[in-house]
Amino acid sequence: MALPSESITINLGPQHPSTHGVFRIRVTLDGEVIQDIEPIFGYLHRGTEKLAEERTYTQIVTLTDRLDYTSSMINNQAYVMATEKLAGLEVPERAQYLRVLTAELQRVASHLMGIGFFLQDLGAMGTPLMYCFRERERILDLFEMICGARVTVSYMRPGGVTQEPPPEFWPALKELLSEFPHYIDELERLILENEIVVARTKGVGLLPRELAIDSSISGPNLRASGVAWDLRKADPYDVYGRMDFDIPVGSNGDSYDRFLVRVMEIHQSLRIVEQCVQQIPDGPIRSEVPYFFRPPPGDAYAHVEASKGELGFYLVSDGGIAPYRCKIRAPSFINLTALTEMLLGWKVADLMVIFGSLDVNMGEVDR
Amino acid sequence: MPFGLGIAKGMMVTLRNLARKPVTVQYPEQRVTQNPRFRGEDFVWYEERCTGCASCAKYCPQGIIKIVTSPSGEQTQEGEKYKLETFDIEIARCMFCGLCVEACPYDALHMGTGFERAMPRKSDLVITVDELRASAKRPSTWFRPQLQDRGYDPASGEEVSWQDAGREATVAPTYDDMLKRWVEKR
Repeated sequence: MALPSESITINLGPQHPSTHGVFRIRVTLDGEVIQDIEPIFGYLHRGTEKLAEERTYTQIVTLTDRLDYTSSMINNQAYVMATEKLAGLEVPERAQYLRVLTAELQRVASHLMGIGFFLQDLGAMGTPLMYCFRERERILDLFEMICGARVTVSYMRPGGVTQEPPPEFWPALKELLSEFPHYIDELERLILENEIVVARTKGVGLLPRELAIDSSISGPNLRASGVAWDLRKADPYDVYGRMDFDIPVGSNGDSYDRFLVRVMEIHQSLRIVEQCVQQIPDGPIRSEVPYFFRPPPGDAYAHVEASKGELGFYLVSDGGIAPYRCKIRAPSFINLTALTEMLLGWKVADLMVIFGSLDVNMGEVDR
Repeated sequence: MPFGLGIAKGMMVTLRNLARKPVTVQYPEQRVTQNPRFRGEDFVWYEERCTGCASCAKYCPQGIIKIVTSPSGEQTQEGEKYKLETFDIEIARCMFCGLCVEACPYDALHMGTGFERAMPRKSDLVITVDELRASAKRPSTWFRPQLQDRGYDPASGEEVSWQDAGREATVAPTYDDMLKRWVEKR
């Protein structure tokens, strides 16, 4: 006998511990089953694109730190690459290596945070998140050593990077590289085969290959659906063309695969960092670029494989000291396009698992 | 695989971690070691080096540095010395990006090392010129390779005099040297 039921609408967020920022979902439920969702965002809108129109090209670097604040180095890299393309600037080889090195360290830090918060959303309160944060802390310490800040790094500049790493950076990095695989193995032992994690994530929140491609999803979320698409391989920028690494690909496109792909990517990122340390040449780290420079009128688009997906900067110059228009293709924002399809029919307890497995960052969604 | 093995494996990891030392620091009593490049507040400013060119104010993305100068009539090697009447840094809106320090052509402005400046009123969060004059001269080595090469660490508590903070030779060029250089350049 079926009980007569009536759908109920509840508000999840904007201040919810699992929404990774200020994100609100209006969920229509039939009992426990999700009938309809309406994502509402904009609570963290700071107008980065508009602010960029009244900052000089160098000053915008500080704005990009605050987009996806868990992967500032990669945001810096994407922005300076667009500027260099626009103004036709040369980048010394050592600077390119330093960029790749720091960007990969940042990817490890960001993925660790993504994994930690995903497990926190599953209900593993504290332990795995704190383990992840402990390892992330070591990377942030290295960033503080190079550029004086841990999160808002502002390390890169059009035409290179700000500073040469201090002499104590290289031994510290070597120590980190020798210890990190052990930590990641430990994390894998802790969580990958855990029956509760497997039961809650395997087969939950399926993102089929076609849907992922149709809704322009990129990054680890796309690769978990079985598409081996990585801009570091597909369109090598900086010195990624010389690096030897694999693209981890999932098979089912469920929450577990998205989580697993991130863990695998950490190993690949560490491989790239090791190769950078071996290959890095001596030389200048910054080409002579004046602080106020005026790129010729025109436009340029540069994209990088950020920790969340394809991060692109589209800059239009009218010949002035500030861009005429700055458009940011934020991966977290576009990764949310398939959220409705992924959530429909699942129970409300799975909502946070699926949303957490996408690893979105609100600073980037709202910009 | 029998059910529960995965959990047991995970528990082994937590057990091993139980024996480890904690990595957390009990903040007000204990402090983590700061790196020499840490970009903190309490800007270090050398009045002797500053010409009042306001490069820092121009480069600041937030526009929070306010500089008012007036000619002092005093001649130095570099030309007429400007007197700084106002040098206000509105620290409440500062994001410690370090662009002002990067911009300073005379190495007069340096990042500081502090991070504890909670105030009840926003109006208190302005570093005035008097405060800058009086503050301890322990500059961060952010964008100051000359300090770093000397192995300077602001955490040691050692203060740096204005003669030592610059990137040029320790002996400042004389007026005649400057004049000769200028003539050659023309």
